[in-house]
Amino acid sequence: MTDVVLRNISKRFGSVEAVRDLSLSVNDGEFVVLLGPSGAGKTTTLRLIAGLEQPDSGSVLIDGEDVTRDPPGTRDIAFVFQQYSLYPHLSVYDNLAFPLRSPARRVPERLIKKRVEQTAELLHVSSKLKNSATRLSGGEMQRVAIGRALVRDPAIYLMDEPLSSLDAKLRAELRLELKRIQIELGATILYVTHDQVEAMTMASRIGVIRDGKLLQLGSPREIYENPADSYVASRLGTPPINFLPAHLVPDVAMPDGTEMLGIRTEHLEIGKRNGGTLVGRVHRVEHLGEQNHVHLEYKGKMLVTLADPHQPVDAGEDVELRLKHPLYFDAAGRRIPAVIQ
Amino acid sequence: MSAIAKSNAHSIVEASPRAKAIAGTIVILYAVISILPLLWIVATAFKSQSDAIAYPPKVFFQPTLEGYVNLFTMRTRQTPDFIAKLPPPTTWYDKLVRQHDMVIAGPSKVVPRFINSLIIGFGSTFLAVFLGTLAAYAFSRFRIPLADDLLFFILSTRMMPPVAVAIPIYLMYRQLNLTDTRLGMILLYTAVNVSLAVWLLKGFIDEIPREYEEAALVDGYTRLQALRKVVLPQAVTGIAATAIFCLIFSWNEYAFAVLLTSGEAQTMPPFIPFIIGEGGQDWPAVAAATTLFVMPIVLFTVLLRKHLLRGITFGAVRK
Ligand SMILES: Nc1ncnc2c1ncn2[C@@H]1O[C@H](COP(=O)(O)OP(=O)(O)O)[C@@H](O)[C@H]1O
Ligand SMILES: [Mg+2]
Repeated sequence: MTDVVLRNISKRFGSVEAVRDLSLSVNDGEFVVLLGPSGAGKTTTLRLIAGLEQPDSGSVLIDGEDVTRDPPGTRDIAFVFQQYSLYPHLSVYDNLAFPLRSPARRVPERLIKKRVEQTAELLHVSSKLKNSATRLSGGEMQRVAIGRALVRDPAIYLMDEPLSSLDAKLRAELRLELKRIQIELGATILYVTHDQVEAMTMASRIGVIRDGKLLQLGSPREIYENPADSYVASRLGTPPINFLPAHLVPDVAMPDGTEMLGIRTEHLEIGKRNGGTLVGRVHRVEHLGEQNHVHLEYKGKMLVTLADPHQPVDAGEDVELRLKHPLYFDAAGRRIPAVIQ
Repeated sequence: MSAIAKSNAHSIVEASPRAKAIAGTIVILYAVISILPLLWIVATAFKSQSDAIAYPPKVFFQPTLEGYVNLFTMRTRQTPDFIAKLPPPTTWYDKLVRQHDMVIAGPSKVVPRFINSLIIGFGSTFLAVFLGTLAAYAFSRFRIPLADDLLFFILSTRMMPPVAVAIPIYLMYRQLNLTDTRLGMILLYTAVNVSLAVWLLKGFIDEIPREYEEAALVDGYTRLQALRKVVLPQAVTGIAATAIFCLIFSWNEYAFAVLLTSGEAQTMPPFIPFIIGEGGQDWPAVAAATTLFVMPIVLFTVLLRKHLLRGITFGAVRK
């Protein structure tokens, strides 16, 4: 039973507050994803847990023990770095064996061989073990980088955007594999990314982070359906959520204090004009194969939604908009949870 | 079409044929200019005394090993009668020497001098690179108070010619009994070279991403182990380049060697010019000594040339 707890961690670099009063716990066997834009403090958070940075305040607990002042090597952590993950002077085999050969661990070479081969199997790089680390394709490199963590059985795996350098197809493939492996091994993973799809598909829980602050922590569903504020709402969903000032839709019933409506594609239906008051004009229709993105203008605001491929609309056409349970936000951007029928 | 050709002419990828031809000519000229004296020295070592100083200089001559024999031996002149009474020569070099009415009196000092050069040259190079690597690593990775000032101070020791401090060093060495000792020369050359080593190596180590070591730290390696297993293997290029520069300096150093060594610890540079034969400089022997003297550097450079080439262009090209 291992879990990792961050208690009110803060870290600044000069005038930059990289992490602000961040608290988070990752339970045993959980796959937690920190989702945030570049510069949000994701990497710093992982480095604080690994002991590669010292927090200015707050503490790190692993398995109930305060390790805040411990050196990285004693924390029982495996780290997949965003960049520079493989040693260019070593073969794939030696790269994978490197963490096990640590003098602190003293694993016999016979066991190392077994472990490395198992891991290579798991990640489908068995045939590449003799290669030089620099002679791999991007996807293989990333697999081996993840493998360098997986050869060990640490309290927690920290992964810093391990898939961000790959193309979309490989990313999708490795996403699935990583999730499968995590379930297979029962591994505890803290994974950071700026990619909402990775967060949605792999996470048991998502933490949305911005400017060093953890804005919300919850299951992908919770984060998607009950975002704490307009920023969190905007992080998830493709096409992204539309925001519409409340005063532009005076006829729509909404809770007191609502300043802004958050309208995801599923909150917005379009149809032929039928006497309704919300009328928008279609500007452009993007055909993406399985779905159509409709860009439409409503009182000077551009909205994007999905259209039923069987009910084609054309650019220039006026359509009627129907709102179905949109999200309501107050003046500060916080969500007003009330649902009005 | 011509626009493309034009842009190619300025691209760093491919030089125009004319530029290539000009560059090639310059390189060949430079190579000839620098290799010719070397070839002349190698040839002179195989000339006889009179061929060596013949005017006009001889390009074609009857090769002889006299120069080499003279370099390695001490000889005394004897009367032809005396030589005739000796038992017949047992070796080819005995025979060669007797043709000039001489007999070999013993080995010359060239071998111990060469050994001094090897020990002092490689010893100081090793120390300078070793200390330089550790210092460069520390400057590159740790927050050191006044790091920039310290680095500038280290570099500033190179801003004047080392000979400017010759007298204080001479006095200091006399006090410490370091004059004419190998240890003294090793320390001196290390001190001069270490500044260069720190600066060169810091550039190389700066280029190695910290993540590599951090990964090792997280995996349970200590910092020293990470340095050995992760940083050093990736810094070999820089270390090799630095070692060559250090070796070339300490190998060729003349001024301090003249000042501080005379017997025991004398290196080749002060030894070679004073190889005297009958009636002055023994040029073939000097040339033979010079040939042997440049050998180790040539060998070392050839062995490390792959690293050297990469090393010289390395820090210069930033991604
Ligand atoms: N070693 C450092 N020195 C100075 N500033 C840093 C350092 N590391 C990170 N930062 C700053 O802290 C903020 C968060 O960085 P980081 O954790 O790398 O963000 P992310 O990984 O989410 O992109 C950024 O503004 C970054 O510039
Ligand atoms: Mg980052």
